Amino acid sequence: MLKTKIEVKDFNFFYGDQHALKDVNLNICKNKVLGIIGPSGCGKSTFLRNINRMNDTIAGTRASGTMLIDGQNIFAENMDVVELRRRVGMVFQKSNPFPKSIFDNVAYGLRVNGRKDKEYVEHKVEESLKGAALWEEVKDRLQASAFDLSGGQQQRLCIARALAIEPEVLLMDEPASALDPTATAKIEELIQELKKKYTIVIVTHNMQQAARISDYTAFFMLGELVEYNETQKIFTNPEKEITEEYITGRFG
Amino acid sequence: MKIKEKLIHGLFLFNGLLVVFILIGIFSLLVFTAIPAFKEINIKEFLFSSNWNPTSYVKETYGIGAMLVSTIMVTAGALLLAVPIGIGAAAYLSDVASPKIREIVKPIIEILAGIPSVVIGFLGIVFVGPVISKTFGLPNGLNAVNGSILLGVMALPTIISLSEDALSSVSKTYSDASLALGATRWQTVIKVKIPAALSGVIAACMLGMGRAIGETMTVLMATGCAPAMPRSYLDSVRTMTSTIAIELGEVPYYTTHYYALFAVGLVLFIMTFCVNMTSDIILHKYQGKRV
Amino acid sequence: MNKKMITEQLGFWTLRLCVGLVGLILLLILFDIVSKGIGTISWRFLTQPPKNGMTEGGIFPAIVGTFFVTILTAVLAVPLGMGCAIYLNEYADDNIFTRIIRMSIRNLSGVPSIVYGLFGVVLFVQMMRIGTCLLASGLTLGLMTLPWTITASEEALKNVPQSYRDGALALGATKWQAIKTNVLPYSISGMLTGTILGLARAAGETAPILFTGAAFFLPFLPKSLFEQFMALPYHLYIMATQHHAIETVRPIAYATALVLIVLICSMNMFAVVLRYKLRKRKKE
Repeated sequence: MLKTKIEVKDFNFFYGDQHALKDVNLNICKNKVLGIIGPSGCGKSTFLRNINRMNDTIAGTRASGTMLIDGQNIFAENMDVVELRRRVGMVFQKSNPFPKSIFDNVAYGLRVNGRKDKEYVEHKVEESLKGAALWEEVKDRLQASAFDLSGGQQQRLCIARALAIEPEVLLMDEPASALDPTATAKIEELIQELKKKYTIVIVTHNMQQAARISDYTAFFMLGELVEYNETQKIFTNPEKEITEEYITGRFG
Repeated sequence: MKIKEKLIHGLFLFNGLLVVFILIGIFSLLVFTAIPAFKEINIKEFLFSSNWNPTSYVKETYGIGAMLVSTIMVTAGALLLAVPIGIGAAAYLSDVASPKIREIVKPIIEILAGIPSVVIGFLGIVFVGPVISKTFGLPNGLNAVNGSILLGVMALPTIISLSEDALSSVSKTYSDASLALGATRWQTVIKVKIPAALSGVIAACMLGMGRAIGETMTVLMATGCAPAMPRSYLDSVRTMTSTIAIELGEVPYYTTHYYALFAVGLVLFIMTFCVNMTSDIILHKYQGKRV
Repeated sequence: MNKKMITEQLGFWTLRLCVGLVGLILLLILFDIVSKGIGTISWRFLTQPPKNGMTEGGIFPAIVGTFFVTILTAVLAVPLGMGCAIYLNEYADDNIFTRIIRMSIRNLSGVPSIVYGLFGVVLFVQMMRIGTCLLASGLTLGLMTLPWTITASEEALKNVPQSYRDGALALGATKWQAIKTNVLPYSISGMLTGTILGLARAAGETAPILFTGAAFFLPFLPKSLFEQFMALPYHLYIMATQHHAIETVRPIAYATALVLIVLICSMNMFAVVLRYKLRKRKKE
């Protein structure tokens, strides 16, 4: 039986006057990968950034409707945003390691959340790096700067950093868009591994990628959720013509 | 945790507010200290009479006309020198100079900006003054020309660096289009870049002007400070700033004279405030247009 | 060469002339001061108080006074300036209220230094009854320096990539944690660079200390914040215009100017080197 992790009901979002998301309804299932596809500017990243309320950092934005995580409204007044972001991890489009050592990057989330005991932090860093399939490559140089890593390694470091605080949901905003095919393949492999423990929502520009890694696919266009279904269904037998046009590459 | 965050936010907010308080504080203290002066001085006389003689035994007079004219004269002279040279240097830096030369010239301008006004004033006495007195056959060279030259030198760094910012931020597509039409680089600089950056350049010159109006030590030391109405640039002049600097040290607190000096300060504040605001408005308009 | 090219060459040479003139001015200033001031500089000049009605001796109390007053300036202007910059760049939304704060800052930096002097006289010397002293001068200079330190600090904060902030927030850091651990460490040296430049300017200012605490002559050093002090720029002003034997003390005036310039230039150099190192580190 599939369990719902996040439930989105009649969700609308505005940047000032611009209506960026219109009446979005969908359920995100636990321990599955949801792929979000759509042309640029369709609101897929905006949708993603609402799940951990990163859009709060942009002035003049407004949300209406509900978005529930385990039945709790993400946009409720009494929602502790800091706690929410601990539960909902995020990996950004462009890898953004901090200018610190590899170790300190992974330990950052633990430290700001008050976990300071050395043994625990060391254990957790190792575990997270293993979880992100990076441990073997960096275990001998944990004190080296994160900027010494390759682009693909940096992105896996960012994943490890997000894993360290044991989130329930992992949001990924085109995590492989700046990477070469080999590095991309590694990240995709990693996502298959991660979904055993986490619920994953991934925005991608790459249709094949969505087809390969996601269990469910949502297709957004002009701020509206056009179609949402099992990935296999969307890619073999979409209900709407426009979805078919998009996935077959007739526009984009 | 939440309370701590709110407290920190509040602390920084208070910090930001402090700046507004200081500006309002300066203005209101000036106003309140200047107001008692007008119990005894007619405002019209204060602004338009050129008789400033607060220590007269017969009749004390408080007219800032001569000072206003002096301030305007010295400032205008300074701009006459600094604006063409400043814009020329800025255009050179943004459009002609190689990166290497820019690396050399920029620190020069920074050092020039860093030289204290009292040192410039000192040079006005020992260096510029004698040159002027020899050139024009005057007994001494402490006059409006001297002040203008020195203030011009002091306004240069402001004008150069801000104009250069304005010129450099002109979109490259403009100059490319001009060059592609067969214009020379010189024509492009004169006919495309400077007009495109004009509001930024004007704003820079106005800021330089604001600095010149408010400058104290240089004019105090190098203009001779005769309180009479000047008739030419070779006359000794006494600006508003130097009047305050000369007299505030000797005046007893809470006398009409004391209050009158604050009234002079208030006029000065309002003048620089207007100049800076205008520059600000021009600059904002221009930034708006660029986007 | 056609006419167009000749005009261009003429034009460019005019521009070169402008820059050359600026360089020449600086050269003249430095040459005059250094060549006429260096002869008087000696260890004794730097470490002794003035003697015989200030016609002999050194400028030690003025150096110390400038040092103290600059430190006081820094104590006021640096933390407040950084705090205000943090508020503006990290916390403030872009609304009318923020715009008023920004407008105030720009205007404060344009207020003439003598007006700060007047303000200092009313507020610190009289209303707060501090009297003319080191503290009153330090506070006055501090207020004058504040807008410069704010602008410089904000510039440094702006140079920190937004992704450092977002990354930290997404990991469950609070706003302040993100600033403290992921913004300030990477902007602090930039903030210091700008701040030092501002302090160097304050160190050379005369008008604000004219009536708030600088003394004509003191044979001893100030022992507390509530005593008057001698300062290099004020000393130069006295030596250049107010002394009873101006021609005799001219070498002392030159040497004072030289010391003042060297002091300010070395502060500036320090800041510039700091900035240079920073840029290099960023490029790596």
